[in-house]
Amino acid sequence: MSKILKNSELDISTASSIVSDTLNKCDDGELFLEDSKSESIILDDNQIKSSSYKSDLGYGLRAITGEVVAYSHSSDLSKKSLNESSKNLKSTLSSASGTYNFEIKRTNKKYYSEKDPIEAKNFKSKIEILNKVNDYVRNKNQSVRQVTATLLGEHRAIEILRSGGELLTDDRPLVRFNVSVMLEKNGRKESAVYGVGGRQNYDAYLNEKNWKSVCDEALRIADVNLNSKPAPAGEMQVVLGPGWPAILIHEAIGHGLEGDFNRKKTSAFHDLVGLRVASEGVTIIDDGTLENKRGSLTIDDEGTPTEKTVLIENGILKNFMQDRLNARLMNTRSTGNGRRESYRHVVMPRMRNTIMLNGNHSQEEMIKSVKKGIFAVSFGGGQVDITSGKFVFNCTEAYEIINGKVGSPIKGATLIGDGPSALKEVSMVGNDMMLDPGIGTCGKAGQGVPVGVGQPSLLINKMTVGGTQL
Amino acid sequence: MLEYNVKLSDIIDHCISNAKKKGATDVEVGIVKSTAETVSYRNKKLDESDRAENIGLSITAYINKKKTSVSSTNLKTENLEKLIERCVEAAKITPEDEHNSLPDEKLFFKNSGELDLFDRTHLENNDKIDYLREAEQIAFENPEIVNTNGSSFSEKKTEVLLGNSKGFKNGYKTSNYIAYCEVVSKNNGSMERDYEYTSKRHFEDLLKPSELGSNAAKFAIRKLKPQKIKSGKFDIIFDKRISKSFLNYFSSAISGSSIYRGTSFLKDKLNKKIFSDSINIVDRADIKRGNGSKYFDNEGVKIQNLSLVKNGLLNDYLMDTYYGRKLNIYSNGRSGGTTNLYFENGKQDLNHLMNSNKKIFYVTETIGHGTNIVTGDYSLGAGGIMIENGEFTYPISEVTIAGNLNQMFLKMVLANDLEFNYSTNSPSILIENMTVAGK
Repeated sequence: MSKILKNSELDISTASSIVSDTLNKCDDGELFLEDSKSESIILDDNQIKSSSYKSDLGYGLRAITGEVVAYSHSSDLSKKSLNESSKNLKSTLSSASGTYNFEIKRTNKKYYSEKDPIEAKNFKSKIEILNKVNDYVRNKNQSVRQVTATLLGEHRAIEILRSGGELLTDDRPLVRFNVSVMLEKNGRKESAVYGVGGRQNYDAYLNEKNWKSVCDEALRIADVNLNSKPAPAGEMQVVLGPGWPAILIHEAIGHGLEGDFNRKKTSAFHDLVGLRVASEGVTIIDDGTLENKRGSLTIDDEGTPTEKTVLIENGILKNFMQDRLNARLMNTRSTGNGRRESYRHVVMPRMRNTIMLNGNHSQEEMIKSVKKGIFAVSFGGGQVDITSGKFVFNCTEAYEIINGKVGSPIKGATLIGDGPSALKEVSMVGNDMMLDPGIGTCGKAGQGVPVGVGQPSLLINKMTVGGTQL
Repeated sequence: MLEYNVKLSDIIDHCISNAKKKGATDVEVGIVKSTAETVSYRNKKLDESDRAENIGLSITAYINKKKTSVSSTNLKTENLEKLIERCVEAAKITPEDEHNSLPDEKLFFKNSGELDLFDRTHLENNDKIDYLREAEQIAFENPEIVNTNGSSFSEKKTEVLLGNSKGFKNGYKTSNYIAYCEVVSKNNGSMERDYEYTSKRHFEDLLKPSELGSNAAKFAIRKLKPQKIKSGKFDIIFDKRISKSFLNYFSSAISGSSIYRGTSFLKDKLNKKIFSDSINIVDRADIKRGNGSKYFDNEGVKIQNLSLVKNGLLNDYLMDTYYGRKLNIYSNGRSGGTTNLYFENGKQDLNHLMNSNKKIFYVTETIGHGTNIVTGDYSLGAGGIMIENGEFTYPISEVTIAGNLNQMFLKMVLANDLEFNYSTNSPSILIENMTVAGK
């Protein structure tokens, strides 16, 4: 039974016969239906600056033959529009002759509730909480000049209609709460952002203790940065804190292990399976099954149930992350990493929650062992060049380490490294694994999808720190 | 009156009157409708074809000084009814903000000359494939080009319509043709990628496929076997692909919201010197066929041509209605940001700048988002080519460049090689004595 088609002019048997007819001679494909609702409420400059609500309904019809993908999508859920899409696909793949029929395993597991978080909390109480946040932050620190607090909520219902009438469905809630502050003291300004989120109702993240700790954290980081001195420049030892700094793993290793770049042999990792790409003791997984986490999915956007995929085990490269297309072309199976931003986008292999597992060192031990280096605690974004393997990530809270002791805070700086070699420089893996707070979005080829990262503290022997002080 | 879709115009009228009936005191309705066809081609084969039909409608309802917005892709009457209901009900319980309102009537766009932003040319997928095939073929003529990350060609036609309850209603059509080619070079274990990209309103203005392919190949080959240089102070020349990003930092630092909120390193700098005397920055929406050209902004306001920086002095801000009211100035039509933003040409040619020091780091790419608009602190990953005695010598990668935009702006020297390839354009830029972190 299709919930999405129920309210449209298109009935499921018509849709199903168009899909079967279109995919008749193809290797793979499906009709992807999506009905999403999202809201954003922003408090800024002491006022509710904007509140908006968006409903987005549409379909994407995909047909695959060999390596060729034909895709057509529209926000018009009608027989006429779907027929046009079908015609477009058939003309593109006129010489199609595929037979791939890798069955999709069914699962009864669910990693989050189906409820729409937008409707689960009334509008008034959302505004109330934002006002409370604003008052709390401004009262807590007299140097506060600006506060922005944001609530974002969405509910995405997706349905995958496959050739022959098989229907796979998922309902995905997602919320996010962010606080950004700017402080000014003695003529110097610094800002910081902190947030939390995941696949639950707002209230799971907004009890008084929770939202206050988000505010406190944003204030703490901005305050630390008010006293920061220029960052050093050059190669040095780096201690990474647990949690957010795992952006390192996402950029240095994660993207390079996505199936598409390896099938095309354009990733710096494509010929390294079975070889050492990280120090002994480094194990990295990509896990879509963590309950209520931002990067988790019950099924991916092709219908494959997600799993816990081992990418690197004790330093040895084991697996790539796959969608159905790249798995088929590489003679393996999908790992449930086929994702898309929305019905407007084609599926690509993407990360879910990418995590380095615990080792047995303490953070204290790492810092003690460093003569001259930096201790990086909090991070903004990162980026990678998959082909050359070079990656960066930007720290937003960091300190110098001198003779085994944490010293003054330093200004935000970019750290740069080389993916295939960076994790070979890891000399200690901590015992304090933490996940990020649940606000990460990963961008690839213009598509943004929610992801998570996690890691324990790490000591890296050598990274280039992009400060100004030589 | 510009040319627009009558059926969509009726939907706008319907939404405005319906929202008013439900209690809105003012209403703004916008519709964007687009069709895009993209073809990707890789290693002599079709890789992907994508056809997109999008339509989106957004409604902003005001109840005096209360305001809220809804948007949807479903334009069926019963869905619109529900949305308008939701919008007006939410507005009723949204707190007042005294600066909320539609723009002043006298600022509305009325009419202007034809900007030639729409090209009817339609390319069938096979024509697009032919273009890409030729581009890749030329790239693969170089033995060091061993692979491709794919090339793509897209054709997009867009209709924009906007109306509000103060009587403004107008719309226009634009077209976009974009071709992109990304190739992989390899030599003795070193693997690099680079691209060329061309985007125009009119098909005939695009780069020829042979240029697209040969440029992509040239860029990817010159990066092979890069070195990581020792940390130190270097003069840096920013290639045009990168130098335009300084205009993006500049424009976000002078937007109404950054200035009013004080979250900008350029706050309180109006009429003050922020660049050297010879530097001028212009933003104009009325360049014929311009990638950033448009007739009116997101609120229907006429877009004034702005001299943002004049002889090195900050001369204007980018203003919309809301922040204009907060700062007590009129909107200059920048709800939606800049249009065609550019540095006017400098006086020296690039070759002259390349000979200004014995060793210069020529930056062709940056990576990361390490720019802080509040403080002006700048730290990015970078790659490029070393220039020694005016000649390109060897490629450089895995280094960072850092400084502060306040000082970097003051030290900038512009070359005279400005071209209008994007909506934001800059000539090459020299900045002396920056910190490079490497080995």
